[in-house]
Amino acid sequence: MAPHARDAARTSPVDSLVTRHRLRPLELLPWVLVIPPYWLFDTYLPLGSEILIMVLFALSLDLILGYAGIVTLGHAAFFGLGAYTAGILAANGWGEPISGLAAAAAVAGATGYVTGRIILRAHGLTLLMMTLVIVLALNEAANRMGWLTGGADGLSGIEMWPLLGLFRFDLYGRTGYVYAAAVLFVAWIFVRRIVHSPFGRSLTGIRENVTRMHAIGVPVRTRQVTIYAIAAVLAGIAGGLLAQTTQSVALTVMTFERSGAILIMLVLGGVGRLYGAFVGVPAYMIAQDNLARLDPVYWYFWVGLMLVVVVLFARGGILGIVDRARDLVVRRRP
Amino acid sequence: MDQALAIAVSILFLGTAYAMILYIISVGLSVTMGLMGFQNLAHGVFAMAGGYVCTRTMAEFGVPFLPSLVLAFVVVAAISVAFERLLYARLYGAGELEQVLFTIGLAFMAIAAAKFMFGPISQRVDLPDYLKGQIEFMGRGFPTYRVFLIVVGVAIIAALWLAIERTTFGAQVRAAVDNRRMAESLGINTGRLFTLTFALGSGLAGLGGALGADILPVDPGYPLRHLVYFLIVVAVGGLGSLRGPFVAALLLGIGDSACTILVPQIGAFFVYAVTLGLLLWRPQGLFGRM
Amino acid sequence: MRLFRIATLALTAIVSATAADAQTVRVGFVTSLSGPSASIGDLMDKAVRLYIEQNAASIAPVRVEIIRRDDTGPNPEVARRLTQELITRERVQLLTGYIYTPNAMAVAPLINEARIPTIIMNAGTSAIVRQSQMFARVSFTMWQSAYPLGQWTARQQGVRRSYTLVADYAPGHDSEQAFIRGFTEGGGQNVAAVRMPMNTVDFAPFLQRVRDERPDALFIFVPAGVVARGIMKAYADLGLAQAGIRLVGQGDITPDEELPNMTDVPEGIITMHHYSADADRPANRAFVEAWRRAYGANSTPSFYSVGAWDAMAAIFHVIREQRGQIDPARTMELLRGWENPNSPRGMVRIDRETRDVVQNEYLRRLERVDGRLVNREIETIPMVSDPWVRFNPAPPR
Repeated sequence: MAPHARDAARTSPVDSLVTRHRLRPLELLPWVLVIPPYWLFDTYLPLGSEILIMVLFALSLDLILGYAGIVTLGHAAFFGLGAYTAGILAANGWGEPISGLAAAAAVAGATGYVTGRIILRAHGLTLLMMTLVIVLALNEAANRMGWLTGGADGLSGIEMWPLLGLFRFDLYGRTGYVYAAAVLFVAWIFVRRIVHSPFGRSLTGIRENVTRMHAIGVPVRTRQVTIYAIAAVLAGIAGGLLAQTTQSVALTVMTFERSGAILIMLVLGGVGRLYGAFVGVPAYMIAQDNLARLDPVYWYFWVGLMLVVVVLFARGGILGIVDRARDLVVRRRP
Repeated sequence: MDQALAIAVSILFLGTAYAMILYIISVGLSVTMGLMGFQNLAHGVFAMAGGYVCTRTMAEFGVPFLPSLVLAFVVVAAISVAFERLLYARLYGAGELEQVLFTIGLAFMAIAAAKFMFGPISQRVDLPDYLKGQIEFMGRGFPTYRVFLIVVGVAIIAALWLAIERTTFGAQVRAAVDNRRMAESLGINTGRLFTLTFALGSGLAGLGGALGADILPVDPGYPLRHLVYFLIVVAVGGLGSLRGPFVAALLLGIGDSACTILVPQIGAFFVYAVTLGLLLWRPQGLFGRM
Repeated sequence: MRLFRIATLALTAIVSATAADAQTVRVGFVTSLSGPSASIGDLMDKAVRLYIEQNAASIAPVRVEIIRRDDTGPNPEVARRLTQELITRERVQLLTGYIYTPNAMAVAPLINEARIPTIIMNAGTSAIVRQSQMFARVSFTMWQSAYPLGQWTARQQGVRRSYTLVADYAPGHDSEQAFIRGFTEGGGQNVAAVRMPMNTVDFAPFLQRVRDERPDALFIFVPAGVVARGIMKAYADLGLAQAGIRLVGQGDITPDEELPNMTDVPEGIITMHHYSADADRPANRAFVEAWRRAYGANSTPSFYSVGAWDAMAAIFHVIREQRGQIDPARTMELLRGWENPNSPRGMVRIDRETRDVVQNEYLRRLERVDGRLVNREIETIPMVSDPWVRFNPAPPR
């Protein structure tokens, strides 16, 4: 994509390939920013953990949308499956958080693998419709299986055990915040490795030119299904985290609207950049938290306008604007 | 046996009436998507606009029902030309993701605008007396308005078929769908063709929204609430064809009625299962080109 | 000396400031102000504003400060986060609102831990109030209207067979069971219980099936709004009334605010509900009049507004009784057995044991008065408590 191309222009091509995966100091910025709110804004921690969770969810979407180029309106299916798995376990007497997350990851990942194998041979509108229909069907299933999920009344009675047997999930959401931040950190390292691995590079290749990747012998379908399943695992973990930290799950975890919302947040930040999720999600959620308070009824208008403006004038999202601004400054230098 | 026949007649009748609304709204989407390869998730906005034009002109200016339907078609077609020239045209070369996001954005703005202008509550439709009540036929009662829907639907389909298969304009559209570059090199102004087709398709959506306003009530949530059904009709039918969405709409309408009347326990899963199954069997839709 | 005077002045200022603070009761109000259910939140918010405007003087010098939060719909994680923030950041002393059951369920652990009395304005699943000792409810439950309606329907001349048609989600399942229980206990027989998917667009096939089955009575429950309008339209279209099938339901199928848009719906539909704007009680006439003066002649309050209104009445009661010094235990004690004979819906009470609402249910008949449809009350079933509690005794703790 564009940013890499620019990097390459400044240094020699080989340099850029060799150093690409090295950690740049700027990449640690989100992690520095995560720490102070714990003390400074301690009454905002529930919002903070929700943002961290949505960042993880957006990061998983970035893997398939930004790197593999698969446009989906059904990613919330995996988020919801994860949330229901973790929630149902905790509501039925198994409130251990970490194994709950593992179960959420397993269920979402398995579903992602199976559905990925089935639907990824299609593309365009057909693929879009299949992802959409899957999330709608799962939502309806959760609605009808009231005995298991609580249906439209929501899943109640989730009781979490202390994290690691030590830290209780408290009223201020301290444990939840640290827990979400830690999980996101681990996921970020994992995603970063994938993106910079040969496997990740081949995904970008598939996005940019499928025919050529076929021609050089890359098993395109297998790669796509793999990344789809990995993204499903991460989305499932995000969903599980939401269920555990808020101790509630409702049908809205698994809707077309949630798929759309996460897509919007990611696009706002910038797609295919790894950090779009870290920028777009907080920007969107903080804006919603404030704007919706000022003018709740017409919040949708502003979201819509923002989408239109981003698509027409700022295709790289916020990070794209930052890139362009930096380029302007850099080029002006003698 | 009589009972079974009666049930079959009900299923066919109710399913067909519903399918007509779906078809009239969706056919424009199919043609524009096939012609321009444009993922338009804001199509429901045009249907909603048609519904508002029809109901508001009746309520505020006392326009009778039939002329208000014509108005819905004309006004929405005119508005859509502005949309196409000013906004959509900028995105014809863009990726799928951009088009999806852009049109979702438009739909959001339209929803908020509709709420601002007309309030959150659905619009009232005052049908003329001759469309109310029931028509007796072979000892059974049929709701008059649904009979009217089927008649109008058939007329529109016939007119569309004539327009596409028997006129120069239609031949140009077919040529452009088949091979756009070839059509252009033969001197067809595809840009103008797109605009005209887009206007026609959106106008039909407006007409469909107005015709259906009594069954699918018009309120600000309309564009997203019904989007899935419109998209299913288009995807299952296949892009760029007139026949595809028609068959898909009938399948969906009649299948849904049959499922409701015969095995209501299956509920919403019928539509999803059929859609998924058909798309797996024919990824390009029933009548789509490979 | 001068220094001393300044210090005294400063001290007095501080003391009076804290005194003034203590005179302000902070109330968190969680409802939906954006998204598809924004209109519900609006109807509630208007009632809250109107109540405060009319009654602020009655608690003077204590003031009440409402802190609104938007939960955007049935999103328990959002409702929970907002409630958490209201408790920890805004330091609210009372909570109210909650349109949706999952949202109310999700805050139960929070209000248990923080001991914040919470008055539910709307959410109507019976089991909610059992989730926390800090809950009290002034709205309604599904069983409260559907069960007596089933009993009443079974008593009608020539009604032996009923048919139920409900939206396929938890509240629909509740009202289906409640109606059938009431109807069969009254000696009737329910021939079919059909559930309609939430995304149903065309209701005609469902009603066609009913028509072919020819029951004596048809019970329908769907959420108020466009869905209700769609199904009423199909009922009229298919001529079920002419076929002699009587339609009964809860208030949601003929909501006051949708009536002007329901054009050719036949008269005579019977609904059971705790409120209609057309009710001819002095308290209700005054309420509707004040509402229209404040929000325009075309604006009509609904049962959502009355839920919010009575929640405010209960809140003002506990503030008045404690002179603004809110103590959680004392507040719950004051809420248990609280009653308001002058509610727009008539007498309303919070049950001493269950903390749930006890109220009149009104049997209404849809009629055309001066060319417009109204729900006219024809019979009152006095002070109904939630029948579900009788059938599902709380498990011993």
